[in-house]
Amino acid sequence: MLDKVVIANRGEIALRILRACKEMGIKTVAVYSEADRDLKHVFLADESVCIGPAASSESYLNIPAVISAAEVSDAVGIHPGYGFLSENADFAERVEQSGFVFIGPRSETIRLMGDKVSAIAAMKKAGIPCVPGSDGSLSDDGDENLHLAREIGYPVIIKAVAGGGGRGMRVVHSDATLRNAISITRTEAKAAFGNDAIYMEKFLEHPRHIEIQVLADEHGNVIHLCERDCSMQRRHQKVIEEAPAPGLSKKTRKMIGDRCVEACKTIGYRGAGTFEFLYENEQFYFIEMNTRVQVEHPVTEMITGVDIIREQLRIASGEKLGYKQEDIDIYGHAIECRINAEDPETFMPSPGVIEHYHPPGGLGVRVDTHIYGGYKVPPFYDSMIGKLIVHGDTRELAIARMSMALSEIVIEGIKTNIPLHQKIIDDAAFMAGGTDIHYLENKLGLK
Amino acid sequence: MDIRKVKKLIELLEESKINEIEIHEGEESVRISRLGGVTQTIMHSPGAGDQTQTHSQPASAPVSSILPAVETGHVVKSPMVGTYYASASPGSPPFVEIGQIVEEGDVICIIEAMKIMNQIEADASGKITKILAQNGDPVEYGQPLFVIT
Repeated sequence: MLDKVVIANRGEIALRILRACKEMGIKTVAVYSEADRDLKHVFLADESVCIGPAASSESYLNIPAVISAAEVSDAVGIHPGYGFLSENADFAERVEQSGFVFIGPRSETIRLMGDKVSAIAAMKKAGIPCVPGSDGSLSDDGDENLHLAREIGYPVIIKAVAGGGGRGMRVVHSDATLRNAISITRTEAKAAFGNDAIYMEKFLEHPRHIEIQVLADEHGNVIHLCERDCSMQRRHQKVIEEAPAPGLSKKTRKMIGDRCVEACKTIGYRGAGTFEFLYENEQFYFIEMNTRVQVEHPVTEMITGVDIIREQLRIASGEKLGYKQEDIDIYGHAIECRINAEDPETFMPSPGVIEHYHPPGGLGVRVDTHIYGGYKVPPFYDSMIGKLIVHGDTRELAIARMSMALSEIVIEGIKTNIPLHQKIIDDAAFMAGGTDIHYLENKLGLK
Repeated sequence: MDIRKVKKLIELLEESKINEIEIHEGEESVRISRLGGVTQTIMHSPGAGDQTQTHSQPASAPVSSILPAVETGHVVKSPMVGTYYASASPGSPPFVEIGQIVEEGDVICIIEAMKIMNQIEADASGKITKILAQNGDPVEYGQPLFVIT
């Protein structure tokens, strides 16, 4: 087992990783920016190292600072969490070269999946169904692109090759707007990701977002932990996630899960990962693979009983997976609400001091958060301050439990999106289940 | 001495009827005394030639941070995480000594990060009055290294 791990992240996921390490007797090193001295996990960690000023680029995204912190603390492994450097292949490579264990896949795998075009090509080869598209980066030939779009069939979506996570994309409905959309998206991609390569895909009009969680060790063992439905989104950012996906049959679950497991074996995947699909008319279309632990991992943990972070640490320590596929059974239904420090209607960030915080509780209620009464939410980072997760024997019970928990939780001093979550949980279409990825924006009149 | 240990000691003192507590750990020592309702903390570390004196609120208010003594002079803070070295190589003389006059831009120490020896320059001119780190110490971003007056 790894002796000491640097937690190269902040907020709720850093605390999640710290808890898993503590349970396993792994010593913890919290690296933090000057704005994050008072993070809960920093207080709890065995050691802590300030690695830079508030700005992410100079702290959490600062590769030499993070690796240097591992050096001075004599750590053995580095857990990158999600976001920040977790899918930075260069970081993974430098961590490995510096003699540390990167808790995640090999850097080559991250590189392969980080390039959306190469990822799709690799997945196609591995038998994973993909969205009809350009099958490569777009050239500057306007006529060729026009022809491609007509072949795929409007509407199409232009996406950045180096993008992901919902950023750097634009929908085109007709020839008239194609040329402009392509050049604007190219410019945006260059600015946001340093790479102006773009590709084209068919734009599905009413898909759901269904993703499959996988775990793979270094000994060739791979399993899937079934699916999550993350269709409740705003601006490509997930708002509510649930597991399992309402209405998905056992047969379909097994089919897509097995395909993902095979794909992992083909590409030599290691660690925790998620295959993201759009699901429409009972067809799966691969969009991207996330080579890290995801924000919404708790809903999978609640229905399978598998501790995903623990498995990541075990895999990184060279151990075999703790489960075989036949051990994985799902029970009941789990829902997660992402709690953000933002205005529930305008979505403007709302940093500041949390004057009162009272978490909800009870059977089947889980809160993954780093906040506490008196904690000051800094303005420099993502607005997500925690996750409220519930589990129930049935989806109806889970919804009732979430409604109860949302009415109980108190966060005062800052604005949060709790009122938005209450609205969604009470929504008839949500209660019926199976809403698509455009549902929330339509409901809020944002489209 | 770890700042969290000192905080813990202050809490212990405030929760008890003890008036004064002094702890020695190796060559370092901390004395915390309650004088008329005000808790006073004096820290002494060897080689630093420095005594950090702090005051905190009476026991009713929780101690949330220990304020460092106000330095008269410019504090040179570490611009990165790494290992502090006082000289260019083992055995060679240190870049600076206490009392030495430096110009802004003079190399005053090295911080090693990822096998790269980074030369750290003085960001002010004046006399080195305090050296706050020892050869081989791990240092973090923002950690005070020198005082120049």
